[in-house]
Amino acid sequence: MLFLADFSVIKPDFGLFFWSCLIFILFWVLIGKFAFKPIADALRKRENDIQSALDEAGKAREEMAKMQAENEALLNQAREERSQMLKDAKETKDAIIKEAKEGAKEEASKILTNASLEIENQKKNAIAEVKNQAGLMAISITERLVKEELKDKASQEQLVRKLVDEINLS
Amino acid sequence: MRKSRSFVIWAFFAVAYFFSLTPIAAQHDDSHAQNEAHEHHTEDLCAHVGHHEGDFDPGSTAFHHIADPNLYSIGVWNFPLPCILYNKDQGWDIFMSSKFDFDFRGHGDGHKAYRGYVLDGGRVMRIKDGSLVQGEAVVGGFAHLDDESYACIDGTPHLLEAKSTMDGGFLGGGITSFYDFSITKNVVGMLLIVLLLGWLFLRITKAYQQRDGMAPKGVQSFIEPIFLFIQDEVAKPFLGDKWPKFQPLLMALFFFILALNLFGQIPFLGGVNVTGNLAVTMALALIAFIVTNINGKKPYWEHILWMPGVPGWVKFIITPVEILGLFIKPLTLMLRLFANITAGHIVVLTFVGLIFIFGQSGQSYGGSAIGIGLSIPLTLFMLAIELLVAFIQAFVFTILTASYIGAATEDAHH
Repeated sequence: MLFLADFSVIKPDFGLFFWSCLIFILFWVLIGKFAFKPIADALRKRENDIQSALDEAGKAREEMAKMQAENEALLNQAREERSQMLKDAKETKDAIIKEAKEGAKEEASKILTNASLEIENQKKNAIAEVKNQAGLMAISITERLVKEELKDKASQEQLVRKLVDEINLS
Repeated sequence: MRKSRSFVIWAFFAVAYFFSLTPIAAQHDDSHAQNEAHEHHTEDLCAHVGHHEGDFDPGSTAFHHIADPNLYSIGVWNFPLPCILYNKDQGWDIFMSSKFDFDFRGHGDGHKAYRGYVLDGGRVMRIKDGSLVQGEAVVGGFAHLDDESYACIDGTPHLLEAKSTMDGGFLGGGITSFYDFSITKNVVGMLLIVLLLGWLFLRITKAYQQRDGMAPKGVQSFIEPIFLFIQDEVAKPFLGDKWPKFQPLLMALFFFILALNLFGQIPFLGGVNVTGNLAVTMALALIAFIVTNINGKKPYWEHILWMPGVPGWVKFIITPVEILGLFIKPLTLMLRLFANITAGHIVVLTFVGLIFIFGQSGQSYGGSAIGIGLSIPLTLFMLAIELLVAFIQAFVFTILTASYIGAATEDAHH
């Protein structure tokens, strides 16, 4: 039978104290070196990895936004350029048309002037021709009259009169 | 439920008080008369030895189960452990505790004496007059009178001595004729737990290396939150930038204490009461004390020895208080853990003991049934609380150690 006085756990004995120190220090040193440190390192590394991954994602997002803005700007610029080009083209077109119109007008007036000049010339030529032909006809008529009618005096006169009338008529 | 519990606790203390009275009452006798009575008593001490089936005593049963014996009992099996004993005259004795032939009588009482040592209630004792019994001898039984234990060999009582303890006589121990460096039950428990933790943590470390950059898995993900909790909530806030230096110590303290607290609560594994033994908590507190003070910086010592910023005469009050505090801190670490765990074990054992109290040591089956009905819910409740206490005490020990180290290593502040 045991006595209450034998509350042995409160009497620290040398052996258990010695073994506790030894075992705990060994545990501390060995597990500290081979487990706790590497685990802490692995956790720190993972933490850093996660942080850097998050940072990278943020950076990528930023870059994406930047790129998008750039694209937008580029697009705007292109749009502006296009409208500018369209405007320019229109202006050029208008200018060309205007120029062409003016040129054509000028050309036409030139042609008209030339044409009227030509007509005048042709008319003059034709009149000259007519005059020449009339002269020639008169000469030929005169020749025949002279040959036929100059047999008697009366008929000669008659003929001259008739011819003269004819000439006056024209 | 609360009523019955308070009754049981009250009953336990009443029983404990009754037993504690007995030796005190004996001390009040006239010393001369006592000496004669002592002589008279010891003569017929051995007459009744061997057939004393006394009443069930929950207090001593609990103390027996939380003690640190030189054998490991699981149920009906008793495993011998190595005894490493030192006596000034005899030198070192190293042998297995099976030499005491403890299976013959049971309850850890050795049937044989070996080289002046006997096994009483699982603990190695030495026959005070070692010259009387040398070699092997048959022990007829053990007798207890007042505070002393006797081994009956050939019908003669021999006064026994307990092993040397470090309390300097304050707690009933002191230096005796021999030292016990045996691999006791607690040492075996500690070794088992350290090996288990070692295996577990090496596996986890391997998992971290193999699954580099991946999410934790299995036991790794079970330990990781606890590990990070101690690292981020205990080590970092108290130690600042210096935390990596002390992280292994804090982790080791936390997991060592936690695992041993929990191991002691598992039924049918021996109920090893390691963290409820003052020698163990003393070792841990001493390590915490040494680490704290060898890392103490100038401001720390300045605050203890010559507190800056207070008038000169106040310093003469503060300095002794601070110096006392230096030692009280590890002392409270030691006592807090020890008291919490031991109290838990005793309460659980007492609740289990209800079965035997109500059953009158197996004579009343109806009483046993009542005892079981009371004991099971109370024990379950207590085990649940003890589970909490296991974590809390491990955490408290760690966080206080961290705060002491943090205070010592702090650079000048204000």
